[in-house]
Amino acid sequence: MQTILSIAADALAYGMVLFIISIGLSVTMGLMKVVNLAHGAFAMIGGYIASYATQQMGLPFGVAILAAVLGTMLIAVPLERFLYRRIYGAPELTQVLMTIGITFAIIGIANFVMGPTLKTIALPAQLQGPVDLGFRTIAAHKLFAVAVGIIVAGALWFIIERTPFGVRLRASVDDAAMAGALGVKTKIVYAVSFALAVGLAALGGVVGAQLLPIEPYYALHYMVTFLVVVSVGGAGSIAGALVAALLLGAVQTTGRYLMPEYGEFFFYLAVIAIVCVFPNGLMGRSK
Amino acid sequence: MSDISLTSTKPVWQRTAMRDLIAVLILAAVAALGYLLFPSNLALLTRIIAVMLLVLSLDLVTGYSGVATLGHATVFGAGAYAAGIFAAKFGVTDPLLMLAIGALAGAIAGALSSLIILRGHGLSQLVLSIAVVSLAHEAANKLSAWTGGSDGLSGIAPAPLLGLFRFDLFGRTAFIMAVVLLIAVFVVLRIIVRSPFGMLCRGIKQDPIRVRAMGAPVYFTLVKMYAIAGAVAGLGGALSAIATKVVGLDSLSFTMSAEALVMLVLGGTGKLYGAMIGTLVFVWFEDRVSAINPFHWLTIVGVLLVIVVLFAPKGLTGAAETLWTRLRRQS
Repeated sequence: MQTILSIAADALAYGMVLFIISIGLSVTMGLMKVVNLAHGAFAMIGGYIASYATQQMGLPFGVAILAAVLGTMLIAVPLERFLYRRIYGAPELTQVLMTIGITFAIIGIANFVMGPTLKTIALPAQLQGPVDLGFRTIAAHKLFAVAVGIIVAGALWFIIERTPFGVRLRASVDDAAMAGALGVKTKIVYAVSFALAVGLAALGGVVGAQLLPIEPYYALHYMVTFLVVVSVGGAGSIAGALVAALLLGAVQTTGRYLMPEYGEFFFYLAVIAIVCVFPNGLMGRSK
Repeated sequence: MSDISLTSTKPVWQRTAMRDLIAVLILAAVAALGYLLFPSNLALLTRIIAVMLLVLSLDLVTGYSGVATLGHATVFGAGAYAAGIFAAKFGVTDPLLMLAIGALAGAIAGALSSLIILRGHGLSQLVLSIAVVSLAHEAANKLSAWTGGSDGLSGIAPAPLLGLFRFDLFGRTAFIMAVVLLIAVFVVLRIIVRSPFGMLCRGIKQDPIRVRAMGAPVYFTLVKMYAIAGAVAGLGGALSAIATKVVGLDSLSFTMSAEALVMLVLGGTGKLYGAMIGTLVFVWFEDRVSAINPFHWLTIVGVLLVIVVLFAPKGLTGAAETLWTRLRRQS
């Protein structure tokens, strides 16, 4: 019983971190139809900025999160303007190659600037210790990750379903040309969504830094995991990404607890099974 | 192939045979030049040829048949491990037999993995291909009694080639065997991509729905192409097992698959010589630059990729061809 509960708690926290990072990728894939393999690299940049802000500059955690999100957006927006905008609508292979190129370049630069060692983010005292939930104690930063995940899911749902921007976003997803003809500035919508997605990646990178440690190869190690979450959930679906992140987080955590010698074997087996049965993802729209 | 003019009097097969002969001669000349200029780097040159076979194989499925895959190292690793296991555990040390085992294992792995990968399209296809190579990687890691796990499979001692030529310390025998193998594969692939079957694959790349409407089987054709490509990559894997005498887990990795794709696009997709030139350039520079600093290499590859995608989508060979036709038109 104890084991089941600790697996469940870890799986929930891990799944939420996966969700926060992957939902941004899901938005860019659903909206711009860009297979953005550099998404993990943006999460890594966020982690690096937060680490630098807390460790070198001694800024408080909250400010560090803000700096990470804004700083990563600042780096990503010119990339969108000059690189990504050219590959909207291009074949998947082209997109994969260019975004892998961007990932490689970011890894190399990150190593050059920050060094090859693991970077930690100083947590505030409130998030360090364990929290007693009555039946079980759980690390505070994991609870924090779960809370942030729930807030992100709610906020995104609100933005997409209930605001004028969300209306334009959905219109551009359904038919970019028609939305443009009706006066929606699709280029701005794309740029804002891209910035939003990258900001979420950075947020996830910071919040999840305890579970997915920040180092130069972060961008490559976890890229596959994020891509898998989006593909399993269905590109562009918030609920799909949430379900997929929690499901795959549970598979991965359970595997790690109970059968560590099999590594990620069952994770990928589950992925193959799900994608074969649901080629458009669990909640994706059929093309 | 596109510039076959209708005014020429010679029959088509004669001209293509002539071109193949010239291509083979160029290949042999380049190999001889490499042998003479870099006698101390023959191991690297052999590795380049092994990777070329992988990239040629990837070209068959991606460049000719339009299947996007980030997991093509599966077939390379299958060939390498099959040849290695048969040599280390069952005493099958004849190098030609090892190559045959590698090709067979690669073909089987290719056909099996294609059954999964071809179920998806676009994003799901990419994810499936990644999942397949990761699954194979984890399985090889787990079955360490057979594969040596993360330590790699060692104890491969190939017998002399044809019973005459020992695999020497400098890798001369391995290199010459590799060159002969590459030329043989190149000629066979030239015939295959020009055959009606090869044309059908190109048709599927351009428009699978129309091909199906014509009455040709799309799925089965691609599975067949995958098996052929698997055999080619399996040969490459077996070659690397023979030449290096070890098989590591990295031969079954996602990184290897991604790098193979990078090499293919760098050289130019849908052309056999594009795959070979891309590999040569990539591995050669990788060896030079990463000796200084592996991370600088990563940055350079990244920037290079972005530049190729934006400015030379047909790869180095495509850019060279464009330049060539422009120069010819001016003169």
